[in-house]
Amino acid sequence: MTTTETPQKPSLPIVENFTRRAAVKGAFATLGAGAFVAAISPLRQAARNSSAAEFMQTHYSELSPEQKADVIARLEAEAKEKYDADVTIADDRPIPGTKFVYAINLSVCNGNGKCVEACHKENNHDRDTNQSYIRVIEMPKGTMDMEKGSTTYTGAVPKDDKFYLPVQCQQCDEPPCVDVCPVKATWKEEDGIVVVDYNWCIGCRYCEAACPYHARRFNWKKPEVPAKEVNPDQSYLSNRIRPVGVVEKCTYCLHRTRRGKLPACLEACPTGARVFGNILDPKSNIRWILENKRVYILKEELGTKPAFFYYFD
Amino acid sequence: MSSIITPSESESHVTSYPKFIGRSLWLATEGSFAFYAWMTMLTALFLVGANAWANQVAGGMIGTNMTDQVSWGLYIANFTFMVGLAAGGVMMVIPAYLYHDRKMHDVVIIGELLAIAAIVMCLLFVVADLGRPDRFWHMLPIIGKFNWPISMLTWDVIVLNGYLLLNLHICGYLLYMRFLGRKPNPTWYIPFVMLSIVWAISIHTVTAFLYCGLGGRPFWNTALLAPRFLASAFVSGPAFIIVSMVLIKRLTGVGGLDQPIATLTKIIRVTILVNLLMVASELFTEFYTGGSHVSAAKYLFFGLHGKTALVPWTWTAIGLNVTAALLFLWPGLLRFRWRPLLVTACVMAFVGAWIEKGMGLIIPGFVPSTLHEIVEYVPSQLEWKVTVGIWAFGLMVFTIAIKTALPTLKHPAEHSR
Ligand code: SF4
Ligand code: SF4
Repeated sequence: MTTTETPQKPSLPIVENFTRRAAVKGAFATLGAGAFVAAISPLRQAARNSSAAEFMQTHYSELSPEQKADVIARLEAEAKEKYDADVTIADDRPIPGTKFVYAINLSVCNGNGKCVEACHKENNHDRDTNQSYIRVIEMPKGTMDMEKGSTTYTGAVPKDDKFYLPVQCQQCDEPPCVDVCPVKATWKEEDGIVVVDYNWCIGCRYCEAACPYHARRFNWKKPEVPAKEVNPDQSYLSNRIRPVGVVEKCTYCLHRTRRGKLPACLEACPTGARVFGNILDPKSNIRWILENKRVYILKEELGTKPAFFYYFD
Repeated sequence: MSSIITPSESESHVTSYPKFIGRSLWLATEGSFAFYAWMTMLTALFLVGANAWANQVAGGMIGTNMTDQVSWGLYIANFTFMVGLAAGGVMMVIPAYLYHDRKMHDVVIIGELLAIAAIVMCLLFVVADLGRPDRFWHMLPIIGKFNWPISMLTWDVIVLNGYLLLNLHICGYLLYMRFLGRKPNPTWYIPFVMLSIVWAISIHTVTAFLYCGLGGRPFWNTALLAPRFLASAFVSGPAFIIVSMVLIKRLTGVGGLDQPIATLTKIIRVTILVNLLMVASELFTEFYTGGSHVSAAKYLFFGLHGKTALVPWTWTAIGLNVTAALLFLWPGLLRFRWRPLLVTACVMAFVGAWIEKGMGLIIPGFVPSTLHEIVEYVPSQLEWKVTVGIWAFGLMVFTIAIKTALPTLKHPAEHSR
């Protein structure tokens, strides 16, 4: 490079033999671009799996009723095409005057794990990874310190010196998972249920890091569910089969509970340890329990204000 | 045929600025055989990374070794470290502009160019970590849904991009003036330089808040996290710049680098000790107090319930950091014939900080999990490929940027007064 200009002159040197160099550089640039296109060619396969309509879809809260109907029709068609399953996807909205809460009687729960299994089936979880929104921790009697517990216990239950602590989304009233989401893909609905728009989530997993109850699950791969095992009663914000690369969570089975039914985990529980209901209804069972039992919440010190309670008889 | 650009005073910036960019890029791709070999190698590595990433997008993130328990891994670890590197570049700006160090003035642009390359890498690491990169536009203000000011991640997006623009402006302006053969007008860059000092601190502080704001993760939930971030950034940034300057001097014969190298060495002498002091006081609180903090720290240093994946990382980092600190404290390190030793010390400090801010900070936040499950994490081959690819790309950006600035570095006299 020439380095002797005076300051007043342009400081960049002259390039000799411009055309030849341009040709060589052009060749290299073309080669590089070609190699780059080849390197990222697997993206084409990914692109085939999602439509332009899906890409352009706006946030759930911004969809007009007509757009919603279109989206749902598209999702149902996708379920048919990708899973060979005939499903109906509803858009269940919160019932005014309802705030759902859940309670578990720890004196009764015996750790049999039927709730875990029911959740897996009800919510169309990936069969391979055996996913579920519920984790049951086997704890030594006399402590609330989860560090002493185990989520991978085996053998006959219940064991004499243990008690069992099922944990799932606590539908916090101050949900850290909602606060951290950079794109508002997750929010709390009027009936207290925290939901995710699976078609808006970008999969950053910040909410997973923020949740103190390990309640969120990420779709590391496309969920696999055999056609005859697909639960066809679905809702947009709950158990429809999730796309790959997004986060999901327990919704208190809103596709059931907003239609007056009980959560699948409660129905499956053989011991009757689970109680579910509308806390705003003064005559409800759950209200009676919260008023008359010794009730605990998990990790109270974090200020998440769970809508999920534990009690002992 | 030869090409020559003679920008005249009367020519409009609209035409001459693109010409400047074009010329700079053209020149930046001129070089010796070694230069081409270097760039070819980086391109090859970058392509490997791009291919791995494309496979990750096509097959889902199951190709990584992350899990619902350890939901962030190597990518976010590198992201965190790169934010530090970007912020650390400011350690050249401070002596140059706050303490009017003439010699620093001439080379301060190296730090700013490093910041640009580092931020580009940060953004790439974030994209690599997204489950749905096709929905990236959801993050953009106005057309997407920007959860501002509640989410710390949106703050981070703002400060990182702001810092990128700031540094692009400063570097672009200084180099462009040089191209035009004019003296840079201080009103067009000094205020931005001052702003960049505050901004550099903000990028790393906000990134620390990203983690320490999570109440459910006791390992991160410490007020010392942001200052610790900054202390280690002010080690890794200058260390990288020292090595770059040693190389630039060797390869291009640019002069006047010895004094900046000495200044940065003196800076590291202090920051590396501050960093160690903070690590020590954190460890004291963790182990002496016990409580909920301690299991993650125990896992990090000694393993927990027989699970020890992070222990080798941790002790390597400590070994590197302490050795580097001892080397930096030795006055002889500044002597010219000990240059290789200085470079070694810088590399040690750099790698030490990389482990400490990456594997040593992000992963133990997840182990044990919030339900106290111990799920270990070791990055998969795919993750390493993507990471290497992004590093290669960043080095490409940095190399090109430095080459663009070389004429200015060779003739510093007429600018930045
Ligand atoms: S339990 Fe976790 S996922 Fe559920 S609302 Fe609370 S923070 Fe969110
Ligand atoms: S993973 Fe999805 S829901 Fe969770 S914070 Fe990121 S964008 Fe929001």
